[in-house]
Amino acid sequence: MGQVMSQGVLQAKLWYAQRISAMVLGLCVSIHLIIIFYAIRGGLSAEEILGRTQGNIAFALFYEIFVLACFVHAPIGLANILQENFSKGFISQGLSWLLAALILILGSTAVIGVYSGGNI
Amino acid sequence: MSNTVLKVTVWRGAQEGEFVEYLVPRNPNQTVLDVVTYIQRKLDPTLSYRFACRVGMCGSCAMTVDGVARWTCRTHVSQIVKGDSLEIAPLNNLPVIKDLATDMREFFNKWKGAVGFFKGDKSRYDDFVKVEPQSTERKLADAGIECIGCAVCYASCEVVASRPNYLGPAALNRAWTLTNDVRDVQQLDRLRAVAGDEGCHACHSHGSCTERCPKKLEPTAGISGLKKLVARAAVRGSKWGKL
Repeated sequence: MGQVMSQGVLQAKLWYAQRISAMVLGLCVSIHLIIIFYAIRGGLSAEEILGRTQGNIAFALFYEIFVLACFVHAPIGLANILQENFSKGFISQGLSWLLAALILILGSTAVIGVYSGGNI
Repeated sequence: MSNTVLKVTVWRGAQEGEFVEYLVPRNPNQTVLDVVTYIQRKLDPTLSYRFACRVGMCGSCAMTVDGVARWTCRTHVSQIVKGDSLEIAPLNNLPVIKDLATDMREFFNKWKGAVGFFKGDKSRYDDFVKVEPQSTERKLADAGIECIGCAVCYASCEVVASRPNYLGPAALNRAWTLTNDVRDVQQLDRLRAVAGDEGCHACHSHGSCTERCPKKLEPTAGISGLKKLVARAAVRGSKWGKL
């Protein structure tokens, strides 16, 4: 019974984390759209866009928060879907952790890349 | 549409069985329960079904009528019939005992599993607890308290269908009314019982329970309240303590 309870409490905590990260994501997506409008003004080549976004610490911090919110939000959702449709255990947990790692690593790499212009 | 005769197909058997057609005369203000009763009394006395009060209080006559779970005693044939035929089956998501009677044990055991029962700490020698009718808790409890236990919500819930261990809307609705009962003393046990993916956090908020509830209750809203309450209690703690 203790095992079952702690599992339920863990799931409740994950639900909470997903809900909070969803709120952050809602805000981030809105700001992200505004940034897209700003970044694509007057030219759509990578060089021109990077010219407007590169080296800006505010952009970098904002996008890192965006990445962290995705890192929390998406794997919990994926784990729920996999558990409901297949089974609990190694595969759903493994795939969710893999997705979490990919989002964190690829997302953060992209943020650093845009900030530094690939000069690190 | 024929105004005089209704073609009624009724599930006969248990988990395995078949639909059998009966011809039932139409009457004004006839309910679906009247139709089933006519079949049993006039056409086939071996038909099994369950009813008691006939006035929408006891919650025992729910069946699947044309694919939708309904309380049959308060459902007029004229409200739902299309053409001149009606299909009557037992409730979904519950084992069929025979014909239209389902085994409700699991449904009610889940109420117990959700700590869906009251426990106070006062005796007959204590004074009454005074609960303000206008208090937030009292109003929230009032919103869900009129459940008659008919299992229409349970039979309509997609999550119950895909997760047999899920407590279901009726049990969680009862748990929610009790979390708002200031006299109850087993709040943390209840929050633990309804946490996670066999409890409130499994709900997809499809809202079938709310749409189908014959008493117009909103289990979806109660479950959503539980989700927030339980998650906060797990992360930040609650007025009864931390999970």
